[in-house]
Amino acid sequence: MSSAILKPLPRWADVVLLPILNLALAFIVSGLVVLAIGQDPLAALNAIVTGAFGNGYNFGYTLYYSTNFMFTGLAVAVAAHAGLFNIGGNGQAYIAGLGVIAVALPLQFLPWWITFPIAIVAGAAVGGLWGFIPGWLQAKRGSHVVITTIMFNFIAAAIMVYMVVNVLKPAGILAPESAMIAPEGRMPKLGAFIPWFKNTDVNFTLVLALVCLVGAYILIWHTRFGFAMRALGQNPTATRYAGMSNSRIIMIVMTMSGALAGMVAVNQVVGVQYRLVLDYVADAGFVGIAVALMGRNHPVGILLAAVLFGALYQGGNELQYVIPGLSKEMVVVIQALVILFTGAMEGLFRPGLQRIFMTLSPQQKAGAIEANSVKSGS
Amino acid sequence: MDLGLVLSTLDATLRLSTPLLLACLAGLYSERAGVFDIGLEGKMLASAFAAAAVAAVTANVWLGLLAGLAVSITTAGLQGAAAITLRGNQLIAGVAINMLAAGLTTFLGIQWFGQGGRTPQLPVSGRFQNIDLPFANELAGVPVVGQIYSELISGHNILVYIAFLAVPITWWVLYRTRFGLRLRAVGENPKAVDTAGISVTRLRYQAVLITGFLCGLAGAFFSIAQGSGFGNNMTAGKGFIALAALIFAKWKPVPAMFTCLLFGFLDALQIRLQGTSIFGVGVPVQAIQALPYILTVILLAGFIGKAVGPKAGGVAYTKER
Repeated sequence: MSSAILKPLPRWADVVLLPILNLALAFIVSGLVVLAIGQDPLAALNAIVTGAFGNGYNFGYTLYYSTNFMFTGLAVAVAAHAGLFNIGGNGQAYIAGLGVIAVALPLQFLPWWITFPIAIVAGAAVGGLWGFIPGWLQAKRGSHVVITTIMFNFIAAAIMVYMVVNVLKPAGILAPESAMIAPEGRMPKLGAFIPWFKNTDVNFTLVLALVCLVGAYILIWHTRFGFAMRALGQNPTATRYAGMSNSRIIMIVMTMSGALAGMVAVNQVVGVQYRLVLDYVADAGFVGIAVALMGRNHPVGILLAAVLFGALYQGGNELQYVIPGLSKEMVVVIQALVILFTGAMEGLFRPGLQRIFMTLSPQQKAGAIEANSVKSGS
Repeated sequence: MDLGLVLSTLDATLRLSTPLLLACLAGLYSERAGVFDIGLEGKMLASAFAAAAVAAVTANVWLGLLAGLAVSITTAGLQGAAAITLRGNQLIAGVAINMLAAGLTTFLGIQWFGQGGRTPQLPVSGRFQNIDLPFANELAGVPVVGQIYSELISGHNILVYIAFLAVPITWWVLYRTRFGLRLRAVGENPKAVDTAGISVTRLRYQAVLITGFLCGLAGAFFSIAQGSGFGNNMTAGKGFIALAALIFAKWKPVPAMFTCLLFGFLDALQIRLQGTSIFGVGVPVQAIQALPYILTVILLAGFIGKAVGPKAGGVAYTKER
């Protein structure tokens, strides 16, 4: 009966079954697209999986992409817990590069383990500022954080082009990029510790990403502030009556969110590119939305979803070499469908699943039998 | 600056503001009905690709336009299904649509045409040609008025005229028809509309489909009117500038036109100013590029005026049972 009140899903179904169903649907639809253009979807899937996990080299690149997605996924998730939709991960990750390069170049001859924490702080400060301003505008001026962060993405892009081309580009170089960081100041690649990864782009920043995941878990569920921000996300009126400052929470959360997104700059600038280039974010901020949605805003989920999307990106890169004609944009399609199904079309599976679980649950069965017997008795 | 230079800059302004205006009016219908739409960009991109692909294959501009409209309206329908029927998050639906369009257009473009995502160059019959209005040539000799008529007003493609015609039509629909009244009401207070026995769902779908139609026109403008073929991500964030313009215009059609003209003018100015300086000071083109976004942020924050959107915007309507 449609008017019956549906009970919430059991937790495991909510965090495991539903995302898997949505992911499966996204893969099926993408598979149909591949089929429609006359290619073999299973061969494509095989190419993606092999390309992502086939050997240490491929897996290293998968982890490199995952590192970025862990940061942007966390950025979206932290904001989401406070009821805020930070769509500005791209801009925050991008502009943070200014902070990172500003400390990495002067300190380039110091050992990396000195540069690294300073680069983190600088990246977090600039990325955090780019999150703080929309947060402040929402808290104090009432402008919607979604619109402001979209605008900030574009403003960041304009600033970065100007800074790289007019300020950071050394004379005599044609490409729009900053000077190179000396080898001493570069983040060691994980291949230096674990030879299996060879010389892939995955670097020490992955450790930072894992630390951030753990840190976010503690912050969200085991601190007073985490409780306050979750309460704000659930019911802003309640937090206000409880004497918390909603605007203060919003500003802090958006700053943290921006700082987390800013860590992408650490990975890219001192970990991979060793210089500031244009457009290095490559829409990682948007992937973060998919990661957070898939991962149910939980660090464990985000870790898994980030590896999944890292694998899709790396596998997608390999795909075009294995099957000519299938380009890596296939991955963007899969990712868009994941966002569509897990984020916007959640209503597709949830009510049906809830009904199934209700009919399967023992109490419900007992209730139904009772109702039947009453009916037959009358 | 002589008149010729002014006229050519204004001429470019008209051309550059056309897709903004179409997309802005598109967003206006949807948002006035209470459905936030950050997927304008995606629908335009999808339409631009479909229009160029069909026009390239059939060499018929009208079939191209139809294809663009059909794809954009279908996409809008999908977004509507997510936002209205399934009561999903409207913002996330928009993000998904943008990403889907960016991925699919490139993917299918590479697959079908094998030119790195571009569609083949369109033949003359596959593009909207510029229309010379009556007496444009005869009046060109008349100083000022004649020049303005022949150089500025005449000689655009049909979509430019449609875009500017859509402004009074939208105004009339919104403020002078029963549909418009209901549309505005459903964005402010859907419950009241529902109580009056009018279907909120139906109204919102109508609005979203009109949005799809106008985005379709805007997208087609990029690939089969202004350009002659589709290129990767050719809408280049214009959907978001249109969104900014919509907020800047406080969700009203006539101010929307002026805002789009202003943003179009900034764009034209930015192209003109590449490598030049004003009053001896080099103004970075990036500053002018970022100006629409900065202005919108400032306006939204209430530092100059105040932009308040439709009250029920972004919230799915749940009918009581």
